[in-house]
Amino acid sequence: MKDAKGRPVIVVTGTGIVTALGEGKKDNWDALTAGRSGIHSITRFPTEGLRTTIGGTIDFLDVDPFNCSELTTEMATRAASEAVSQSGVGAKGDFPGPLFLGMPPIEMEWPMREKLLAMAGKTDSASYSDLFRASRSASDTDRVDCLFGSVGERLASTFGTKGSPISLTTACASGATAIQHAIESIRRGESGAALAVAADGSMYPETMIRFSLLSALSTQNDAPEKASRPFSKNRDGFVMAEGAAALVIESHEHAKARGAKILGVIAGGGEKSDSFHRTRSNPDGIAITGAIRNALEDAGLSPDAIDYINAHGTGTPENDKMEHYAVHTIFGERASTLPISSNKSMIGHTLTAAGAIEAVVSLLTLEHQRIPPTINHEIPDPAIELDVVPNTARDASISTVMSNSFGFGGQNASLIFSAEPV
Amino acid sequence: MNQDVWITGIGIVSSLGEGCEENWNAFDSGSGPVLDRETIPPFAIHPMVELDLSQQIAKRGDQRQMETWQRLGVYAAGLAIDNAGARDTGLLDRMDMIVAAGGGERDITVDNQILTEMLQTNDRAHMLIERLSNELRPTLFLAQLPNLVAGNISIVHGVRGSSRTFMGEESAGLDAIRNAHARIAAGQSDICLVGGSFNAAREDMLLLFEMGGYNWLGDEDSVWARQQDNGGLRLGSMGAFLMLESAEHARSRGKEAVAALKAVAADRETREPGSITTSLASMWQDIASHATGSLGIISGATGVADQAREELDFLERVGVPVRASASRIGHGIESQAPFNLALAALCVQHGRMFADFDTAGVEKPSSEAITDVLVTNVGHWRGEGLALVGKADI
Repeated sequence: MKDAKGRPVIVVTGTGIVTALGEGKKDNWDALTAGRSGIHSITRFPTEGLRTTIGGTIDFLDVDPFNCSELTTEMATRAASEAVSQSGVGAKGDFPGPLFLGMPPIEMEWPMREKLLAMAGKTDSASYSDLFRASRSASDTDRVDCLFGSVGERLASTFGTKGSPISLTTACASGATAIQHAIESIRRGESGAALAVAADGSMYPETMIRFSLLSALSTQNDAPEKASRPFSKNRDGFVMAEGAAALVIESHEHAKARGAKILGVIAGGGEKSDSFHRTRSNPDGIAITGAIRNALEDAGLSPDAIDYINAHGTGTPENDKMEHYAVHTIFGERASTLPISSNKSMIGHTLTAAGAIEAVVSLLTLEHQRIPPTINHEIPDPAIELDVVPNTARDASISTVMSNSFGFGGQNASLIFSAEPV
Repeated sequence: MNQDVWITGIGIVSSLGEGCEENWNAFDSGSGPVLDRETIPPFAIHPMVELDLSQQIAKRGDQRQMETWQRLGVYAAGLAIDNAGARDTGLLDRMDMIVAAGGGERDITVDNQILTEMLQTNDRAHMLIERLSNELRPTLFLAQLPNLVAGNISIVHGVRGSSRTFMGEESAGLDAIRNAHARIAAGQSDICLVGGSFNAAREDMLLLFEMGGYNWLGDEDSVWARQQDNGGLRLGSMGAFLMLESAEHARSRGKEAVAALKAVAADRETREPGSITTSLASMWQDIASHATGSLGIISGATGVADQAREELDFLERVGVPVRASASRIGHGIESQAPFNLALAALCVQHGRMFADFDTAGVEKPSSEAITDVLVTNVGHWRGEGLALVGKADI
């Protein structure tokens, strides 16, 4: 089956998700439609002295050694296992296509430096020169855990994906970009199937401090579950979180030929980068509206075809204002009545994983014909005239969903999902 | 749709020079590498040639918002845009971009201070939070995020199409080129700026490669001659960007090709003895038909001895002149493949290989005319790839 532009129709046949709300689609969907928050006080590491002490850390997975690479790999593996198993594509350890992975930057973290410091045997003062001497004795796992390629390499091994795995980042749009790569690869006919995964397990003191120094995080530490307040007047930043999601993406032809159940169609995707500022959108909104327009054009749809928007909705004053502006620019009179909600009000902002997590939730929204709410919407912002599906889930007739992702660094992406080929 | 993909612009900076001409002349003269043994002993690194950053990054404010690796990338990207004659607002607005990036630079002074205090305090966790909160520059984070090389290229040069950043050491560089090539060949993109940058003068980066003993501390410059302790890599500062463009798009704006990017292949083998040779040979079989004339090879060999030996097994089978860039400018991880593609395009343009540089007898003098250059890319711990550059069909 071809789309209106003569390209293969792109479908999703398996999805998987891990968030602070739990592991798997059932737990996540139940919590999301019940309006339950996964945000809590952080207990994984001491938080005394941090401006923000709450988040959506994943505390139910046992990972050893504990670091970003290992946690990200573990969450990604679980999400991808759920997706591949639902899809039934290929055989165990033999996925018939490439891997596209959205993930955070991997770096040497402080526990590793502490380990090298101990190995260096210094007692009075220390510097990198001392770590150099110790590091030749570091284990292979320690070394690989500090490398960007580690997560993709391990996933490619576990799932037997084909070719060189692509690990990518477009900051908070990474999950959407991984899906965009899968769409393009299948449209090029390189493969009938692709595995798109995004995972982010990068919550440790230094990453939280980095975001705090940019004043990006909510500091509502006393009531964690109420801290993420997208589109509210009293929103004060996003809440950092961890999570993963995976999608088995196939051509319609490939999926049908093996009798697979089709969960939804990816009608199109669009991107546009901003040249205005490192953390802020151009006030003219040209890049975020450009990403949305490009997605609509790629899908061959007019704005009227969109029934619901899964918002980027981070809860920072700036993002929500600009997203409101973009929705009004694109959708005109419909903007104030078109439902738009933010999963981040419950899950928090899973950074590089968010685009894929929200893609999975968008597909669940189509499947269940029910819209997860934007919770914590107690004080509406009069400047934001949007139907944010406040606080309570809503049944609705939805055939097409748009999911937006906007990243630091000006990298914006928008995806459109539909129940049937458009 | 199967479009020819052209290289219509090159921007390179290294320890040997700035731009195509300086780098070609240095590579072609066969002069030895420029090494800095003083900055971070005991390591020798290939330092970046002095650049007047304001030539490509006009605003001091923009320069300040970046760390060195980002400045090098933005600078090299600007050279590529100029070299491609693509500094046109309308064109830049729809220009796609893929950057291969590593990790951002740390504040080593703060790190060293924390390391010392760790030895002096009973409450490391609290000390760490306090030090990082008080000592880190608020904007340092933006100079650390891999995707902010691309972000800064957008801001400084106005590239505003799709923007993606690939991560994952050497493979990321070749995969960025592979993905751009595939999209242009399939008509999914008309023009794409692709490349990366690397700053070798970094303790944090040297530490990463010192784990596992990958840094080369010996005297031999030639990557083929590094045998002691299984050889190793010598980091080199570099920036390399290519403008890839469909032939049709280039013709429509009256732009000639430097060379054609004919084919790119990448693989990930579980590293068993012999697997690098097998992988390279199998990829070569897939793309060899695209090589139509006489061939030369630019190797991405890092200097790790057992890997170089396996690559050599493949290279000997192909049996054409070989040159390894890392002997001359060092190893730039994600940037090595883009830099080697740039060198390959320059070889095609000049119709011959540049001077050999080797004490192990692998590289031999050659003044033969060549039309095609194969670039190899064997990552220091994972990933194998090949790319073929040749003369463009006008």
